[in-house]
Amino acid sequence: MNQPNYKLMIIRYLIEKEFKQLLRNPILLPVFLVLPVIMMTVLPRATTQEVKNLHVCIVDHDHSTWSARLVHKLSAFPFFSSTWAASSYREALHHMEAGRADFIIEIGPGFERELVAGRHSRLRIAVNAVNGVQAGLGSSYLMHLVADYAARLQAETEGTSGHGAAGIEVVSRCLYNAGLDYKAFMVPGLMAMLLTLIVGFLPALNIVGEKEKGTIEQINVTPVRRWEFILSKLVPYWCVGGFILAYSMLLARLAFGMVPAGSIGTIFLFATLFTLVVSSLGLMVSNYSDTTRQAALVMFFFLVIFILLGGLLTPVASMPSWAQTLTLANPLRYFIDAMRALYLKGSTLRDLFPLCRALAIYAVIVWTWAIVSYRKH
Amino acid sequence: MKAKPVIIAQGLTKRFGTFTATDHISFHVDKGEIFGFLGANGAGKTTAMRMLCGLSRPTEGTATVAGFDVCREAEQVKRHIGYMSQKFALYDDLTVYENLRLFGGIYGMGGKAIREKAVFLLQELGLATERDTRVQALPLGWKQKLAFSLSIFHEPKIVFLDEPTGGVDPVTRRQFWELIYRAADRGITVFVTTHYMDEAEYCDRVSIMVDGQIEALDTPSALKRRFGADTMYDVFLRLARTARRT
Repeated sequence: MNQPNYKLMIIRYLIEKEFKQLLRNPILLPVFLVLPVIMMTVLPRATTQEVKNLHVCIVDHDHSTWSARLVHKLSAFPFFSSTWAASSYREALHHMEAGRADFIIEIGPGFERELVAGRHSRLRIAVNAVNGVQAGLGSSYLMHLVADYAARLQAETEGTSGHGAAGIEVVSRCLYNAGLDYKAFMVPGLMAMLLTLIVGFLPALNIVGEKEKGTIEQINVTPVRRWEFILSKLVPYWCVGGFILAYSMLLARLAFGMVPAGSIGTIFLFATLFTLVVSSLGLMVSNYSDTTRQAALVMFFFLVIFILLGGLLTPVASMPSWAQTLTLANPLRYFIDAMRALYLKGSTLRDLFPLCRALAIYAVIVWTWAIVSYRKH
Repeated sequence: MKAKPVIIAQGLTKRFGTFTATDHISFHVDKGEIFGFLGANGAGKTTAMRMLCGLSRPTEGTATVAGFDVCREAEQVKRHIGYMSQKFALYDDLTVYENLRLFGGIYGMGGKAIREKAVFLLQELGLATERDTRVQALPLGWKQKLAFSLSIFHEPKIVFLDEPTGGVDPVTRRQFWELIYRAADRGITVFVTTHYMDEAEYCDRVSIMVDGQIEALDTPSALKRRFGADTMYDVFLRLARTARRT
């Protein structure tokens, strides 16, 4: 029997064994089928950062036609789910403390009078800023509404007086995600996170599981080469990763009608590289651990940091610069960037070459590390 | 002229920090021999065996197994030995046949050779009907016999057995030893550790380790004569009592 043939056969038997064990695990198949459904249908809606369902409390001291028009305009705004009326600021504050109001809008007495006289009129807005994102976005909605209202009033009064004011109208157009749909932004990122969870955790528990059962010793006493053993552990996760990605892309299409603007081949190229990185990292953690509990804990630590520093929920560009530097060491960051670009912008492999190179370098390092850290003695 | 011994250990030593688990042991084992490796718990048997299998690097000393150096040619050693430990290393979630197929494959046996040999082996073990049973469903005694058969499935030169019969009944142990004899008849050298003194009587030669050193090494009958004892049990007690570690 010649040497190369012999090597090839060993790896074939090992891969066969890994697949059998993977498919016989009673928990994994349901996880592979159910987790993507939850991730792709529930989470894009749940992780939205659009601010909706705001509760507004309006204190109208003026009780005039114009103040009533403003109140009407505010209550018709779709992102405000309820508008309360209060007779005093104190009463409104009481509503806020009880959690019934996120915003208080106080219309001062003489609101209409001042406006008719052509003077400035003031509105007081108080915001519950415990949730900063909600406070920030919500007040900008309010500013818009009020500015819009003011512009209309001005147009009406000027219309009657006859002079038109020169104004600059800013029209903005959102590229790539025309509807500014938050789900479109989240779905590719969630796909990346799903892959991270599955192909990160499973390998981390694999080798250390063999240590606990004692089967690893039986392998260590055979002439199996280290790279063969590690490769045989990786191949099944590549397949699992490919399946999970294809399945979640299908789900995204069914649930939101989302199809990637870029090439599917490029998406899978990135996914392959990324799976290699994360599953090698998992195997590495497994090699250094003595118990599955240790491995799970360490891997959990890695994954939480990857996800929070990966730009999934908060844009990398708005992190402090030192944190942005840290994200360069995070494989998930490259993958999320690439997935979003491929899904929404339709970027090509040439556009994404720096990301691809970063992941490839990462893959080579971690894979080598996984092989070297596996000790047969 | 006598054939070259298949295992030669010279001054083999393993230290873990300040603790010397195996302390300069030297011995040799001839081809086809059943070599009993005895000692109380913690005497250093398993450590010594792991070094001979290439699972652990000696701190000092050398050993050759099947003609290969255990330090420099550990992977070559592994190609020529079989190993069965007290902790069963069969894959529980694979069937009897799948285990044979995996380990046969790892040692470079072809698919056809594996199939043919498996049929013969399972018949010999009386496990033909359990070919497609998952190993986790087998009783302990069967698992042990299967683990042993697996360790010599690829016809190694030497098989290392680390307390292979722990926890099974005397009848099963007896059957297990019949398998060992059959392997030795085929020319496979058997290196076995045990705590059962009746099993020590079955060995061609026996070494007894005390506190990391080999205190006695001879045939069972010569040892009994030397210590004026009737059984290996008495020989063992006399030597083990001198131990300071336990």
